Amino acid sequence: MLDNNQLLRFTTAGSVDDGKSTLIGRLLYDSKSIFEDQLEAIENTSKKKGHDGVDLALFTDGLRDEREQGITIDVAYRYFTTPKRKFIIADTPGHIQYTRNMVTGASTANVATILIDARHGVIEQTKRHAFIASLLQIPHIIVCVNKMDLVDFSEDVFNNIVSEFEEVSSKMLVKDVRFIPMSALLGDNVVNKSENMPWYQGAPMLHTLETMHISSDINKVDARFPVQTVIRPQREGFIDYRGYAGRMASGILRKGDEVTVMPSGFTSKIQSITLHDKELDEAYAPMSVSITLEDDIDISRGDMIVRSNNKPEASQDIEVMLCWLNNSPARPRAKYTIKHTSNDQKAMIKEVVYKYDINTLERNSEDSDLAMNDIAKVKIRTTKPLMVDSYRDNRTTGSIILVDDATNETVAAGMIV
Amino acid sequence: MSKYYLNYLDELESEAIFVLREVWAQFDNPVILFSGGKDSILVTHLAKKAFYPAKIPFPLMHVDTGHNFPETIEFRDNIINELGAQLIVGSVQESIDEGRVAEEKGKNATRNALQITTLLDAIEANKIDCAIGGGRRDEEKARAKERFFSHRDDFGQWDPKNQRPELWNIFNGKHFEGEHFRAFPISNWTEMDVWNYIKRENIAIPSLYFAHEREVVWRQDSWIPNSEFLVLEDHEEVVTKKIRFRTLGDITITGGVESDADSLEKIAAEVAGMRNTERGNRSDDKRSESAMEDRKRQGYF
Repeated sequence: MLDNNQLLRFTTAGSVDDGKSTLIGRLLYDSKSIFEDQLEAIENTSKKKGHDGVDLALFTDGLRDEREQGITIDVAYRYFTTPKRKFIIADTPGHIQYTRNMVTGASTANVATILIDARHGVIEQTKRHAFIASLLQIPHIIVCVNKMDLVDFSEDVFNNIVSEFEEVSSKMLVKDVRFIPMSALLGDNVVNKSENMPWYQGAPMLHTLETMHISSDINKVDARFPVQTVIRPQREGFIDYRGYAGRMASGILRKGDEVTVMPSGFTSKIQSITLHDKELDEAYAPMSVSITLEDDIDISRGDMIVRSNNKPEASQDIEVMLCWLNNSPARPRAKYTIKHTSNDQKAMIKEVVYKYDINTLERNSEDSDLAMNDIAKVKIRTTKPLMVDSYRDNRTTGSIILVDDATNETVAAGMIV
Repeated sequence: MSKYYLNYLDELESEAIFVLREVWAQFDNPVILFSGGKDSILVTHLAKKAFYPAKIPFPLMHVDTGHNFPETIEFRDNIINELGAQLIVGSVQESIDEGRVAEEKGKNATRNALQITTLLDAIEANKIDCAIGGGRRDEEKARAKERFFSHRDDFGQWDPKNQRPELWNIFNGKHFEGEHFRAFPISNWTEMDVWNYIKRENIAIPSLYFAHEREVVWRQDSWIPNSEFLVLEDHEEVVTKKIRFRTLGDITITGGVESDADSLEKIAAEVAGMRNTERGNRSDDKRSESAMEDRKRQGYF
């Protein structure tokens, strides 16, 4: 692989019926990312189950319960590499009762792939998947119109689905949408270009994934450096060393930059940026580095170093699009631990502004109960200010989770409005 | 510098360093589980980078089955010296002597499963609240479901169906007394990524990974090293072959592959052309389709 090869994370949402597992199996198989012992195991299982040939869907088998039930329950991560890129697939279930798993898989993705069965066109599930992709602000969407072999590879069918989807997505905040007609079962337009659909001028799926421009997806304007921990070696040669360790959330910081430490508001200049024993001139997202400042300031975990002329908002009252993840519903006015970058505070859900009906995507301001898989706009009050950006501008400083202190479980995930 | 994006190895490195710093910040008494294999060596190397110029802040914990390759132990002791780190050893032999576990019987007997008890005892005795491991999601289907921060109940058990959701890079390590976490900083690395990175950083690894002459026996489709623990079957024959190991576990269960790869460059090239998964040579994973899932539920690495 070349030195400048990037990592691309994409999510697949869908159910077995859409051919999702077959699509992933096809991608891995045709890109030669499957080992012989894996192939043998799948061939044996295929025979046992009485399938003709190799059932590619079996590659995505997971835990024992999932194998028995033939479904994806949890997010499963899969990996493959081509000469152009390394790929991480977050393979998520597609049914409504697993909305929380789809949200989890979508949270780190560069690209969302949405599967549509060409025979059925845009259905409720498609809308839900598009909605989640827009809610989580996944920068790119690939709509895979699958099973084209079952509609005679018809261009009209494809074009109709494209317009149906565009009508739905016009009401959502999605930036870059591409459509690919394919047959995962036969391999058309997955890795290899389809000979059955000469009318399709675009690239197959893999080529699209390999060449898609993703380096502009990260916010490079707002420099945000949440401090994870302070490094104080107290050994010879480094007696006075005080390094702030963290990962750039967004933007660029350079040696000599005027910076402000939030929430204290103290200002200083960047003295050095290092990664291990290597001094750097600048750091940008998502680099993990250590930063030293020219002045001795009291800084600890949870603080944020930002450029003095571009600060996030420090606020105790935030509005959040919240996805409830836990079996136990939210308790009215209960207190939770809110985790935001490296900062932990106590928080209370003050008000449910409205809730989405996940099927119709309509807002309902009458119903204020939050149960598993619900998505709602809420108002949250924290005990101390958080340094926040809107999720639309910044996926790292714009996201939070809620932890229930009674169980320590992660009960909700939120995107700051 | 004109480009503002990381290549895939730099991004994986940055992610792992982030996870290691989160472990340090969120737990009171974390350790690195150190087996002497390439993955735990990699994690140790990343921890060194994450906290430089401070010393690596985690003790290394080794679960010693007594069925070691001597080369692994020598390597372990060298790295401890070099880092100035603390070593904690949990001994399977002691667990046997104390009657905590019973040795398996028969020709394919191993101490693999016995490690679970020793590991959990050592975690409890040393009041460890987070054990950092070199597990990777590409290794095995149960591991594909692991979180970066993975909860274990007060019996040390993993409940794969009831895991905490993990979104963005916000990790929740909150736990009650007696419970602990496993953390997996290199979750997203593949075998190929590990080798490419070891080559790039020129990280020292045990000589066992390089091709060398060794006495071996052909068993279960791989070359099992001859050792004092090996019980030969009548039809089996000890031969000398030039082999290397793709993974390192106990000497009793780790099979080698025939190879001429005697440098990091050659190993990386060989791995790139491999047509079988690396754990295909581990008889501990061949016992059943869910062998790893079953062991992990009980508290395995």
